[in-house]
Amino acid sequence: MTDVSMESAAPRGTLTTVDARTKKRNAAEKRFRAYGLTAIVIGLFFLVVLAVSIIRSGLPAFTQTVVEVEFTLTQEQFDEAESQLLKTKAYENIFIAALQSQLEQRGLNVAFDAAAIERLLGKTGGTIREYFRANPDRIGTPVSFELAASSRVDGYFKGRVTRDSVVDSRFLMVTDLDLVDALYDAGIIKSAFNWNFITGADTGVDNPGGAGIGVAVIGSFFMMLVVLVLSLPIGVAASIYLEEFAPKNWFTDLIEVNISNLAAVPSIVFGILGLAVFIQFMHLPQSAPLVGGLVLTLMTLPTIIISTRASLKAVPPSIREAALGVGASKMQTVFHHVLPLAAPGILTGTIIGLAQALGETAPLLLIGMVGYIARAYPEGVVSGFIDPNSAMPAQIYTWAARADAGFYEKAWGGIIILLLFLLTMNLIAIILRRRFERRW
Amino acid sequence: MPLFWLFLIVLAIAAGAYLLARSRVLSMAGDDRRALHSLPSYYGSNAAMKSAVPALLLLVAWLLAQPFIVDNAVSSLIPDAAIADNSSRALVMAEVRRTADGLDMAVASGGLTEALARSEGLDLDVATSSLQEAGAIVTSQLTEPVLAAAQQFRALNTIGARWMSVAVIIVALIGATWGIREASPAFRARNTVERGVRALLIAAASIAILTTLGIVLSLVFNTIEFFRLYPASEFFFGLSWAPSFSGRGGASDLGILPLLWGTFYISIVALLVAVPVGLFAAIYLSEYASPKVRAIAKPLLEVLAGIPTIVYGLFALLTVGPLLVRVFGDDGLGWMQAGTAVMTAGLVMGIMLIPFVSSLSDDIINAVPQAMRDGSYGLGATQSETIRQVVLPAALPGIVGAILLAASRAIGETMIVVLGAGAAARLSLNPFEAMTTVTAKIVSQLTGDADFASPEALVAFALGMTLFVITLGLNIFALYIVRKYREQYE
Repeated sequence: MTDVSMESAAPRGTLTTVDARTKKRNAAEKRFRAYGLTAIVIGLFFLVVLAVSIIRSGLPAFTQTVVEVEFTLTQEQFDEAESQLLKTKAYENIFIAALQSQLEQRGLNVAFDAAAIERLLGKTGGTIREYFRANPDRIGTPVSFELAASSRVDGYFKGRVTRDSVVDSRFLMVTDLDLVDALYDAGIIKSAFNWNFITGADTGVDNPGGAGIGVAVIGSFFMMLVVLVLSLPIGVAASIYLEEFAPKNWFTDLIEVNISNLAAVPSIVFGILGLAVFIQFMHLPQSAPLVGGLVLTLMTLPTIIISTRASLKAVPPSIREAALGVGASKMQTVFHHVLPLAAPGILTGTIIGLAQALGETAPLLLIGMVGYIARAYPEGVVSGFIDPNSAMPAQIYTWAARADAGFYEKAWGGIIILLLFLLTMNLIAIILRRRFERRW
Repeated sequence: MPLFWLFLIVLAIAAGAYLLARSRVLSMAGDDRRALHSLPSYYGSNAAMKSAVPALLLLVAWLLAQPFIVDNAVSSLIPDAAIADNSSRALVMAEVRRTADGLDMAVASGGLTEALARSEGLDLDVATSSLQEAGAIVTSQLTEPVLAAAQQFRALNTIGARWMSVAVIIVALIGATWGIREASPAFRARNTVERGVRALLIAAASIAILTTLGIVLSLVFNTIEFFRLYPASEFFFGLSWAPSFSGRGGASDLGILPLLWGTFYISIVALLVAVPVGLFAAIYLSEYASPKVRAIAKPLLEVLAGIPTIVYGLFALLTVGPLLVRVFGDDGLGWMQAGTAVMTAGLVMGIMLIPFVSSLSDDIINAVPQAMRDGSYGLGATQSETIRQVVLPAALPGIVGAILLAASRAIGETMIVVLGAGAAARLSLNPFEAMTTVTAKIVSQLTGDADFASPEALVAFALGMTLFVITLGLNIFALYIVRKYREQYE
């Protein structure tokens, strides 16, 4: 038996030589550490992939392919065109002649017809006629027109449409692309910043090129106004009561349990609440920023209450005791001393809550903000609250759900704008926190 | 906007009451502030509070009650004969309401004069055409009872609005007078105002209860309504989901099991991504990382949590889906037909949940007392052995709680599955097939031109109820575990 025990005893290591078991343990240690590092790297990798795909797919939405043609319309041409039966057709012919001469000047000779121009640029005659009727003094002077190219031509330059994928249709023929290439070589087609995307309104399902997010931004703005005006005072009042006044009884416990549960209720359930209570029961208008704001207020309240309570708690009791000591009432202590000291923290929490509300989509689907096509800006402040509108995330969803791939680019572009807003709000919150943070 | 003006009038009365009460009490004390019980502004606030608060409460109550009273009054005017066989009183009332709105629009656009819109002699054809000109959505031909009811509806609403203004202003004035008369130096104004403020604070805190109540009631009532139209046993145990929107009352299969299966399958895939990555990230950040690495990596990971879910939805639909198709699709392994699948939605949802799991676990691992680690090191254990055999077992209940909270998040998540998971409800084991979830079906049943009386729309409330109960149960259980664990080491 002694032989067996002698054999099973592994050779013991010394301080200078490492035995097999220690080697194994050290290897396990290294592996474990590597798993952790890998997890972090995976997480950050996903973040980078997300950021890259947003930027790469979204940036094209901010540029627009335009055709720039400069020509002079003489008074005779104007009079002659106005006297014709098909006035816009006459203008279109003038435009085509101008384009032709510009191509010839650069020594390029490409044949094209009016139909091709219509496929590339839409109805040019109407735009030109509008311009000269509005600005009669420009007749006789050279005017440079920047006309937006159709969504498919735009897609050709951004790589969404290729020569292989083009099927001849009334929207675009393969031969048109030769003309497009020639115009590009001549410097007539170029890429310009797409202001319309930022300031414009949504278009119907068939015009991805002209769609803009401006109206939805305004819709979101009115919604956030409702959220701010309602959730800040209510949230602060509720937190003050719970933190400073509430006695320890079943009612207080009930409120506490409700707040912590509401913070975890899925957002879609708040949408159901909004639909049933605000729209079915109270008959408030569908798709209105007011209703969206009310629903988001209820969603944001728990966030604001939790952060407000944390900042009230951070104010040291000595402040309260000092105020009570010089004769202030409990209410005066809270409103004159504790609340001002907690204000920066409350503000930070509110901004973060608003940022969360700004990106929330699911409840807006249920109160009808998605089916609505936001074609025009609201007429005034009241109309901004109660007339149907879209909101940024709802608009992005609408675009993502449309069949035309041209809208995907818009959806990514919309996300860039949404994230810029969120980034700004969070930066403001961080700066406020840094600036006013106080250690007691 | 008369409501807005009414609101301003009440505020103006309150402001007037403030000034009057304040100056009254000061003059009674002969401008000697020391003779007053409270600061002068409290006497003013008392009067302002007494005029504004009851008046505004009355305003809100009136606005809530008036539609019911008017609806009831008008509804009793419609003879039973006017309700067609395939229709109901509620549908006719909706028509009446639309017609009344249309009359308002026609008056506003000048198509009708106010007097004509009210008169009994309003011709049906004239009314129909002027409504259509004003852009109102009405059926092609109005009927006599509907038009009469709509006129009555408008008349009652006008009367209601007028009486409301009168009543609210009178209440505000009475309150103001009361507050001003109370203002005398001996009156304990501060105590009264503080009691009022306290009541307002309690009311604000109670909104949380009201919200929960609103959620529960709106779910329960509509769910009961649904079960009246559709048997509950088929809803809970039905194996097929095939709503028909074309034939009203036609055969729709509304079984929840395929949806629940899709929900759980996607959540499981999401947790399979999020839990290992999140947990190891938390272990590395709390046990190994230098403060510098931690200060950079932790906020960066948490950026993932701050990104709106619509962004993840689009990421699933347009980036991850096509990418997976390239690998697993017909050109690759041939397992996947389209970009929308359980795998797509689960993977993206997992990414979203990583920071959620990691920051919760991080807190919990940090809460394990250092003494336990030191004891383990003292016995000669390496750092990884300490973590595996001491720290993790101690933190396990908390980590389980964190995972349950993440699961509840995954089950309630909407945008990712709406965009990334597909629309087909099926019971299948293949993770590369499209499936759908409870949340996605709530959205699809309630958007569009749904008729709220049909079981196909009402089923969304029953789905919402199921979702609410499941997530609530998970949350309560998880919070219970986390709290119990926290007490252990405090």
